[in-house]
Amino acid sequence: MSHLLEATDLKMQFGGLLAVNNVSLHVDDKEIVSVIGPNGAGKTTVFNCLTGFYQPTDGIILYKGEPIHGLPGHIISRKGVVRTFQHVRLFKEMTVIENLLVAQNRHLNTSLLAGLLKTKGYRKAESEAMDRAEYWLKQVDLLDKANWLAGNLAYGQQRRLEIARCMVTEPGLIMLDEPAAGLNPKETSDLDGLISHLRDEFNLAVLLIEHDMKLVMDISDRIYVVNQGAPLAQGTPEEIQNNPDVIKAYLGED
Amino acid sequence: MMRNPFVAALIPAVVFVLLALPILGIDLLNESLMLKIQAAPAADWMMIIIAAVAIFFIQLFRKPIDAGVTTFKEAVPSLNLKSYLVQPKVMRLLTIFLILALFLWPFLYESRSGLDISIKVLIYIMLGLGLNVVVGLAGLLDLGYVGFYAVGAYTYGLLNYYFGFSFWMALPIAGGMAALAGFLLGFPVLRLRGDYLAIVTLGFGEIIRILLNNLTSITGGPNGITGIDRPTLFGLEFNRKLRDGGWDTFHGFFGIEYDPIYRMIFIYLLALILVLLCIYVINRLQRMPIGRAWEALREDEIACRSLGMSRTMIKLSAFTIGATTAGFAGSFFAAYQGTISPESFVFIESAIILAIVVLGGMGSQVGVILAAIVLTVLPEVAREFSQFRMLMFGGLMVLMMIWRPQGFMPMTRPHIQLNSDKIQKETAQ
Repeated sequence: MSHLLEATDLKMQFGGLLAVNNVSLHVDDKEIVSVIGPNGAGKTTVFNCLTGFYQPTDGIILYKGEPIHGLPGHIISRKGVVRTFQHVRLFKEMTVIENLLVAQNRHLNTSLLAGLLKTKGYRKAESEAMDRAEYWLKQVDLLDKANWLAGNLAYGQQRRLEIARCMVTEPGLIMLDEPAAGLNPKETSDLDGLISHLRDEFNLAVLLIEHDMKLVMDISDRIYVVNQGAPLAQGTPEEIQNNPDVIKAYLGED
Repeated sequence: MMRNPFVAALIPAVVFVLLALPILGIDLLNESLMLKIQAAPAADWMMIIIAAVAIFFIQLFRKPIDAGVTTFKEAVPSLNLKSYLVQPKVMRLLTIFLILALFLWPFLYESRSGLDISIKVLIYIMLGLGLNVVVGLAGLLDLGYVGFYAVGAYTYGLLNYYFGFSFWMALPIAGGMAALAGFLLGFPVLRLRGDYLAIVTLGFGEIIRILLNNLTSITGGPNGITGIDRPTLFGLEFNRKLRDGGWDTFHGFFGIEYDPIYRMIFIYLLALILVLLCIYVINRLQRMPIGRAWEALREDEIACRSLGMSRTMIKLSAFTIGATTAGFAGSFFAAYQGTISPESFVFIESAIILAIVVLGGMGSQVGVILAAIVLTVLPEVAREFSQFRMLMFGGLMVLMMIWRPQGFMPMTRPHIQLNSDKIQKETAQ
């Protein structure tokens, strides 16, 4: 059976530094997969390779059976692989609803003439985009903040908006880079609920980088451990928790 | 410290007289090689005295006047002008009135020089609006904008000179050629950012000018092209005599006396329509997905990429739209002047257009229009000081950077809002 996303022998070299060395991973439909590892292990570099922000030095990446390595980032994202960032990257000077409209740009009727003349088709497309944005605001519980500037939201709300912004593009796989960083325990458990909800309701696959072990162990179906750019272990949360190599990497040898 | 109100009022009046007398009360005359000092005409003295007396009385009765103004303001709250003026209904009425006035004034008050300046202002407004898309909305610093202006002007000039194209046939072609130039330049160049982009565009502007200057066999070199046809009204010409093969002249067709002012008025109205069209189109673009993409790209390129937006295409669209506007302005300029030469497209023109955008407030259309008026009309009014033009220009820039770095009218982007009733209804559930 072919996987939704499959990366084989991924390598990323920066000059003399081998940041990612032979990492292989796969994600199936409706699966939540986590990538964990100590700081500087190369997790984000893996993300950057998968989403086209870096061109991997070597390796094969297939999305729905189709090779996507070497494609520019915006093309990969159009195919349905979207990501969030370690540091929130919202359009801070735009309102919350506008953030969600921008994300739908490629779905909209982009003919200049139609927009200039406000044709019926154009207005319909715009109002559909508004509806979809509204729907997703409701999903992440930000509807009452719709007309705020995104930069004025609280940090946890910004995180949720970033996820909503990914979701309006109707992705097949969403990649979250440390979504719980900087959240308080209450917000983290909300996030836990939101991610499971996305998977259950919208048939979404999720690839996650996270340091919050409680969140990771709670929601992950499978976990990959990366250490110093190389794969260390993989398996279900229980397997990982009891893996001596993982414990060694995290706690150090005695 | 309590002071006698009489003395307190006398002091400013005396200071005024002391200041005004040497400046206004004395004339310097050139007599052969000598400077002769002479008292100014009695009328000037009268004015000084009247002003001094006015200052004295205003200062003397300042308290009651101030109190009167306050009570008047309180008594008539509806006269609070500012809040009244910004109501959308009033705004729309005012805009309509303003546009009507702009269309009608040349018929009521025929002034050659007034029309001349107005046309110049309108051309600069068009250029400012175009560059505003590139610099203000998309955030791409373009120092060679005048290159596209030149492309537009020369497209019409050359097509008219060699193939006898009329203004109306050449106008879309000129816009298209400038757009093509913008597209071709933008493709390799828009990978660059900030300073690097600015330098390359600066080079582009110079290349165009030097090319026009040295391609003597085609463009006429430094002499440029002369005798370019003026625009016609559905084929009616605004010349005194009909050209060979022309249909009819404007005055002949309507059976009125020939007057060169008709052509000025016609060109003015054309420019006005073009500018209004530009304002409308750019205003719409700002609210369309493409405008949102410009804004988003200015804020965060990486986030845009992650959302499936192509940086190059978004930047290219802004660049091309800006260039097209310049192309229209250029062909209009050629048609208005009747003669073009590379001298009209030097770097300082790019600088002035950029100054219009920056002074006006990046991204703000009203600001750009205001700045275009100020920067075009000021040098005309202060003709005597033309030597100091650049000095005034620089001074204005420095003052602006100190007091209003955001420009005359900083941009207030039209935010798209979700209907607030809807929010309340949904959140109440």
